[in-house]
Amino acid sequence: MIYVGKVWKFGDDINTDAIIPARYLNSSDPLELAKHCMEDADPDFVKKISKGDIMIGGKNFGCGSSREHAPVSIKFAGISCVVAESFARIFFRNSFNMGLPIFDSLKAAREASTGDELEVDSETGKIKNLTTGKSYTAVPIPAFMQDLISAGGLMNYVVKKNEF
Amino acid sequence: MGMTITEKILAVHSGKAKVSPGELIIAKVDIALGNDITAPMAIREFERTQVKNVFDRDRIILVPDHFTPNKDIASAEQSKILRDFARKYKITHYFEIGEVGIEHVLLPEQGIVLPGELIIGADSHTCTYGALGAFSTGVGSTDLAAAMVNGRAWFRVPETMKFVYTGKPRKWVGGKDLILYTIGQIGVDGALYRAMEFTGPALKYIDMAGRFSMANMAIEAGGKNGIFIPDDITEKYVKERATKKYVFYESDEDARYADVIKIKVGDIEPQIACPHLPENTKPVGDLKDVILDQVVIGSCTNGRIEDFRVAADIMKGQKVAKYLRCIIIPGSQKVYLEALEEGLIEIFIKAGAVVSAPTCGPCLGGHMGILAGGEKALATTNRNFVGRMGHPKSEVYLSGPAVAAASAVTGKISSPEEVLK
Repeated sequence: MIYVGKVWKFGDDINTDAIIPARYLNSSDPLELAKHCMEDADPDFVKKISKGDIMIGGKNFGCGSSREHAPVSIKFAGISCVVAESFARIFFRNSFNMGLPIFDSLKAAREASTGDELEVDSETGKIKNLTTGKSYTAVPIPAFMQDLISAGGLMNYVVKKNEF
Repeated sequence: MGMTITEKILAVHSGKAKVSPGELIIAKVDIALGNDITAPMAIREFERTQVKNVFDRDRIILVPDHFTPNKDIASAEQSKILRDFARKYKITHYFEIGEVGIEHVLLPEQGIVLPGELIIGADSHTCTYGALGAFSTGVGSTDLAAAMVNGRAWFRVPETMKFVYTGKPRKWVGGKDLILYTIGQIGVDGALYRAMEFTGPALKYIDMAGRFSMANMAIEAGGKNGIFIPDDITEKYVKERATKKYVFYESDEDARYADVIKIKVGDIEPQIACPHLPENTKPVGDLKDVILDQVVIGSCTNGRIEDFRVAADIMKGQKVAKYLRCIIIPGSQKVYLEALEEGLIEIFIKAGAVVSAPTCGPCLGGHMGILAGGEKALATTNRNFVGRMGHPKSEVYLSGPAVAAASAVTGKISSPEEVLK
């Protein structure tokens, strides 16, 4: 899968309260959660983005709570994938489990700016900044986690592979 | 090459003689936990698979503790999903209002989580149970759903960072101060993907409540789990509660560590984490004239009876400062009752504090003490992110119960000595 989209860049330690504030967690409806994605960091974020845009974070993206509502709100807001310098671990596993593509690339994240056009190839991990012309490679995804993605997330994997 | 306690527990649960950092494993889980925020999403995923039953009704724990007693209609609907699921599958450990407490106070207290176990919870502070010498880690709703189907979860075996605490803590310095200090040293991603193994002779001065506070906040340094080597203090706590067999593991002498960090606890003053990250720590003495609007004493970090004893020692015969709200939240019904019987509740009420039913409530900006724009709170909770306790322009400072109680009396961030002159 190749994702091409406009970059929206955020800083270091973007936590799950910033991605989806707890006051909206009395719902687990993906479309409801999507309405409030990044609201406290940028109240107009969901109005400004277009379907397929790419989110970029600094180090430790998604730190804080285990709420899967965070990757869900990003995905259903229309973001195609997230590239960051590094990911917090629960956000990392949640994204694979529920099917939000994420890519670990320190340089691609650091050198991109809001408004750049980015191209991400999920199979090879190649990332190209079409605005600056620079190319990068994301940290490779382990085989087991690639299987999770091809199965369409953890639940599909578990159901298909009864013995998991 | 030997193994760490974390590696040993992961090896046993994945049917292997040995595991190494970086290895991906599929392991059996002893306990899988969800709450009123995370379980509804897991239950939806579980029902979608159309499997006929849960893997083990005794090993799935449902604790509606975040927005309960239900704060609004939407929250009531979420709680109802848990209740209906618990009824349908006859879940043994579902806790209704009246029994419920904050999950990470409740489960150890009830002897449901034990040393040597592998525990996952769809709540990031599930790492709390590492204080018992268990491997315990926070996961998401889909992980919980998968575990409800087959009792398994996938893990990447973490590297371990060893923390060695030496010396003797000063008066008013507890587990919360040690962990805040540690996070201040290594940063909020200082232990990213790693196990944090807490060791050293100073830990004999830290009771189980303090150890739970420390393991609880491993996630605030990015850690996968925080873990203690079980000892006499663990044994004393566990033996009167356990209803199942448990196993004490310890790290081998030749176990491999990614890093070893030595901390002299005698040098540590009571700590404050300033807005808006838990790593922004300072000794309490460095903070002058931070005027507070609210103090919260409670949460999965500091909602145990020992925490309220410390707070009551300081608040006894004192009054909460004018225009300050002091909210006391016992972590469980048992803690509440003990506090009542010991006269602590009377001390808090006479001081002008309000005492709430057990709930996560204000810690995550849920209910029971939300901040307005521009307000400042000091809380014994675990996170001080932007907007964590309410308005995005409010501020949260974190501390242990001694500093929180003293500050409720003076109306500004203060050390206990300022009250007990």
